[in-house]
Amino acid sequence: MHSSVVDFIYQNKDIYIKKWRSTLDELDLNIYHSSISNEIIEETKAEFIDLVFGTLYTGEGEVAARFRRFADRLIYYHIPLSEFIRSLQLLRRVIMHDLEEQSTKEQYDRYNVDLEDWLDENINKLVDEFSNARENTVNLQNTALKELSAPLIPVFDKICVMPLVGTVDTERAKQIMESLLDGIIQHRAQVVLIDITGVPVVDTMVAHHIIKASQAVQLVGAECILVGIRPEIAQTIVNLGIDLSKIITKSTLQKGVYTALQMTRREIITLDEQRSTEV
Amino acid sequence: MTTQSSVEIGTEWGIVSARQAGRELSKGLGFSSVDQARITTAISELARNIYLYTKNGVIGLEVVNDGHRQGIIITARDQGPGIENLRDVMVDGYSTSGGLGAGLPGVKRLMDEFDIQSNPGEGTLITTTKWLR
Repeated sequence: MHSSVVDFIYQNKDIYIKKWRSTLDELDLNIYHSSISNEIIEETKAEFIDLVFGTLYTGEGEVAARFRRFADRLIYYHIPLSEFIRSLQLLRRVIMHDLEEQSTKEQYDRYNVDLEDWLDENINKLVDEFSNARENTVNLQNTALKELSAPLIPVFDKICVMPLVGTVDTERAKQIMESLLDGIIQHRAQVVLIDITGVPVVDTMVAHHIIKASQAVQLVGAECILVGIRPEIAQTIVNLGIDLSKIITKSTLQKGVYTALQMTRREIITLDEQRSTEV
Repeated sequence: MTTQSSVEIGTEWGIVSARQAGRELSKGLGFSSVDQARITTAISELARNIYLYTKNGVIGLEVVNDGHRQGIIITARDQGPGIENLRDVMVDGYSTSGGLGAGLPGVKRLMDEFDIQSNPGEGTLITTTKWLR
C-alpha cells in the first residue's frame, strides 16, 4: 500500500535511526518518575526504534506481539506514552523534510500520504496496546481487590469474624452483606464479629450499611457484634448523630470474642499446671 | 499564603480521592487525629451527596489564616437540582434517598462553621470551616 515511501525509508534506515535517536535523546522521559534508571530508558528507546522500523519489514502478527510487549514495558516502568508519540511526530517532520528536497511535487504529495498512513498506524497500535494493557492491569487489580474484600473467618464453633480493611463503597457493602449471610448459614454461626479497625472513614453511608447488615444478620437468627471502633471514629459517629445503640459494640476484637463466647455460653479457662503436665 | 486544591466528584472513586486529599492537608496543618477524622468524614458526606444527588461537582480544599489561627475550608459545589427546602435537610433523620439523614446536620456538628446556599435548578454551594486549636 505504502511501498514507495517504505522503500525510501528502508534505504535510508540507518540515517533515520541515527537522526531519530538524537531527537529521542532530547525527550525527557524521566520527568514523571525519576526512579527509572538510565539503562532502562536507553533500552526502551532502542526497543522503540527497533519496533517502529521493524514494522517496515516484519509480518502483522509479529508486529502486534511486539507492540504488546512494548506497551507492557511502558506500564511496568511507568514511562509516559505521550513522549513516544511526540517522538513519532518528530520523526515524520525529519523524513518529510528530506523527501521535500529529494522528490518532485507530485511524488512528494504521494509520499506524504503514505508516510502519514504508516506513522498513524504505528501510533494507533501503540495507543491501542497501551490502553488494553492498562485495562488488563485494572481488571486484575479489581479481581484481586474483590478477593480481599469481605472474608468471613470461623474462629470458634458458632463464632465468625469479618475483618474489614479499607474503604467501604456501595459495591463492597453489597459483598459484605452477601458474605455475612452466606457465611452464617455455611458455618452455622450464632455470632459474627465485624471488625472495622481498618476502615479509615465511617460516614453515614458506612454506618447505614453496618446497621442494615446487622439487621439482616438478626433476621437469619444470629447476632452481630461491631468491634474495632477507634476513639476518633467513636467521636465522629457521635458528632454525626448516628444511633448504633441497637448493635452490640466492643472496643477490641478480643473483647468481642469474649462477649461472643458468653453469648454462646462458653468461656476460656486456663488449665492448672498439674493437670496440664499430666496431659 | 493559601493552599488550594480541588477534586472532581463524578464517580464513587472521587469520594475516596477527595477524602485522601483532605486527610493529607489536615495532617500537614497539624490537626489532631480526632479532627482529621472529623474533616475527612465531613468531606466524605459532602462528596457523597454530590455523587448521590447530582451528576458531578467539585470538592475544594483551602487553607485559611484569619490572623490568629489557621484553618481548613471545605467547599462543595455542584450544578445539580438544588435543595428545595433548606430547613428540612438540616433536620436529623430527613432523607430523600432512604439513608440515615444525618449527613448535612452531621457535617455542621463535625465542623466549626457551616454555610449552605442553594437555589432549585441552579445547584448548591456548601462552605464549611474547621479551625486549628
